[in-house]
Amino acid sequence: MARTMQFKIYRYDPDKDNAPYMQDISIEVDDAVDRKLLDVLTKLKAKDDTLSYRRSCREGICGSDAMNINGKNGLACLTEIKELKEPVVLRPLPGLPVIRDLIVDMTQFFKQYHSIKPYLINDTPPPERERLQSPDDREELNGLYECILCACCSTSCPSFWWNPDKFVGPAGLLNAYRFIADTRDEATNARLDDLEDPYRLFRCHSIMNCVDVCPKGLNPTQAIGKIKEMMVRRAI
Amino acid sequence: MSTLKIPVRKFDAVIVGAGGAGLRAAIQLSESGLKTAVLSKVFPTRSHTVAAQGGVSASLGNSEEDHWHWHMYDTVKGSDWLGDQDAIEYMCRKAPEVVVELEHFGMPFDRTDEGKIYQRPFGGHMSNFGEKPVRRACAAADRTGHAMLHALYQRNVRANTQFFVEWMALDLIRDETGQVLGVIALEMETGEVVAFHAKATIFATGGAGRIFYSSTNAFINTGDGLGMAARAGIALEDMEFWQFHPTGVAGAGVLITEGVRGEGGILRNSDNERFMERYAPNAKDLASRDIVSRAMVTEINEGRGCGPNKDYVLLDITHLDPATIMKRLPGIREISIQFAGIDPIKAPIPVVPTCHYQMGGIPTNYRGEVVNQDGSVVKGFYAAGEVACASVHGANRLGTNSLLDLLVFGKSSGDSVVEAIKQNNVAHKDLPENFADLTMARLNRLETQTDGSSVNETRLELQRTMQKHCGVFRFKDMMVDGVAKILEVEKLVAKTEIKDKSKVWNTARVEALELDNLIEVAKATMISAEARKESRGAHVRDDAPDSEAFPNGRNDAEWHKHSLWHREGNKLSYKPVNMTPLSVETIALKTRSY
Repeated sequence: MARTMQFKIYRYDPDKDNAPYMQDISIEVDDAVDRKLLDVLTKLKAKDDTLSYRRSCREGICGSDAMNINGKNGLACLTEIKELKEPVVLRPLPGLPVIRDLIVDMTQFFKQYHSIKPYLINDTPPPERERLQSPDDREELNGLYECILCACCSTSCPSFWWNPDKFVGPAGLLNAYRFIADTRDEATNARLDDLEDPYRLFRCHSIMNCVDVCPKGLNPTQAIGKIKEMMVRRAI
Repeated sequence: MSTLKIPVRKFDAVIVGAGGAGLRAAIQLSESGLKTAVLSKVFPTRSHTVAAQGGVSASLGNSEEDHWHWHMYDTVKGSDWLGDQDAIEYMCRKAPEVVVELEHFGMPFDRTDEGKIYQRPFGGHMSNFGEKPVRRACAAADRTGHAMLHALYQRNVRANTQFFVEWMALDLIRDETGQVLGVIALEMETGEVVAFHAKATIFATGGAGRIFYSSTNAFINTGDGLGMAARAGIALEDMEFWQFHPTGVAGAGVLITEGVRGEGGILRNSDNERFMERYAPNAKDLASRDIVSRAMVTEINEGRGCGPNKDYVLLDITHLDPATIMKRLPGIREISIQFAGIDPIKAPIPVVPTCHYQMGGIPTNYRGEVVNQDGSVVKGFYAAGEVACASVHGANRLGTNSLLDLLVFGKSSGDSVVEAIKQNNVAHKDLPENFADLTMARLNRLETQTDGSSVNETRLELQRTMQKHCGVFRFKDMMVDGVAKILEVEKLVAKTEIKDKSKVWNTARVEALELDNLIEVAKATMISAEARKESRGAHVRDDAPDSEAFPNGRNDAEWHKHSLWHREGNKLSYKPVNMTPLSVETIALKTRSY
């Protein structure tokens, strides 16, 4: 069924606009074909090619099209159009500098991700074949390795808004725990040392916005809790 | 802007593309200490490798006996004997090494009870030279590509690789001798155009699945490397061969891994019949992808499709233990709920064959060096992954051999560059005077075009034409028409107009430039397909049916050869298939059945 939908979209092109503004747009939507928000954005862009946003896989695995949708962070490609209240308000992810329209500068987000040394550290010469890991030990990585670095979580976190340069943020901490939890990684102590800091880890106040918005259903708060638990355990 | 004003940055090597192949090559270069620039249109972990699901093949033999030679046989057979046997042997022999290496990098593979890498059955993977299915696909649930791409990116973080994120390469720089000296690229955030002057250039730009209307591919898969190569006078190999994956979600096109059938999934028609038993009595649902896709389309065409329009078939896993689905196929369940609106634990998934993978590409040897028709190398130029044609996939790729391809040839191309630069102590060759003229002309044309064509509509026209005229089944007359139509679309592409003139993150400009690449791929595909007067692998035409003289419509006497499409004049030439493996005996031509 075709119907008209109302959108309010954050627009800003530093090349021509003095200040950002909210643009009211209406568009014909056909629920039979336009199932996801990204389908409608594609339609809007076909009409106005200046509308700018990132997108790639359109199936929720690449993490490109994260944005603030009716006040909540999410991926446009996984957001059901039928479930959106009108006018649909689209803004760039909060807390990061806006480059243009719905495109934010993610430098700070990735800087924090890189700061946790997101790679396996194991200086023991590897065997000829794979390192062994039991299915149960491998299970520990579930709910962690699936992170797509879309930044929905970190940019919904008030602690990250206040201290994006000092607080690692939920995405970075989830990934830190991904390596701590990996039985093949030998740097657990160094990783815990690095996070034992009033800002890097302890700015998390368990507000749990991250859990609420993660499009992959992951739970950074729980991962952060486990890191804290390990710190307590090694202290005694 | 004239060429003179373009800033030039010098590197030992430049890699274009940061998916699996680009990242694997980058590890070799960074760890060897070469000054390397890796350019990517998207942040590396957003590259399309991330969407691969089912696994990466290697004859590890973790669950049952396996051997690289059997893997090689399956790959040659899968390719319908169009794959080069030296490259196939190289890839299959290297497979265990590169997969184990990836595990050492931190890849979170699923595990067997003994703690080894978990392996599952996959289409066309057989033991003992085609005898019975074997577990060869190494998997991380149904997110193998995601796990692999992140592990490779992470290893590059460790190696301090220098990335240029959200830079789009526009054109290749070649001098009068044909040597490649780097690329010209556009920084998307600022609109700045910069030349990357390099001693070696590796293309790892991925495929161009977006030439078809219905595709499992990401928006970014626009064949940029192929377009750049074609404009620079490099011929493209075997472009008529495109894989239609049997199981794309009907309507949405999103991929459902073959691993679903590996775990026991069954394809059913409207009579609830397991129809693959008729088409491939031995391998059934795990026959090669081209065979399964054609069987599905035949079922639909003969009125046994499902749904209100009888235009899809069903992929059934309702008989599997829900715990297995949750453990081995959690991503598939997510996708089915999101894009088909059904929970596969309770109801079968509606699926149709969907364009998935380009078997052809820039001609290379197994060292990742780009080659001319006579086998001589194009100096300074390398390619790996889907953009390249080594050729290991021939006329039809086996599932999981794509992830293997990018590991093996990503690595070998990287090693070749290191060897060329370090051992031969190559210096930067001077850039030709007008090295950026073509690029600047393209950009200026786009800036000033008026009364032009819409990028969006022209791209749709291109995609619909390819879908209609060059699909799963191909028809002689339709292909002849298709060539004429694509040449018409080319005229529209030459005068695309954009309204957005901003320097900052101008996605309209990027999409117009991508369309310049898509059209080169579409022409190469349409023209090569029309010319190949036989059926082989994924290329099946109505006027080359199965017959006694030509089983499956394959005509080895005339067509056992690689196509090369040349942009200049749309000419075709041909070169022989390499039938001489590196160490074992030739796998002789044989009729293909599963």
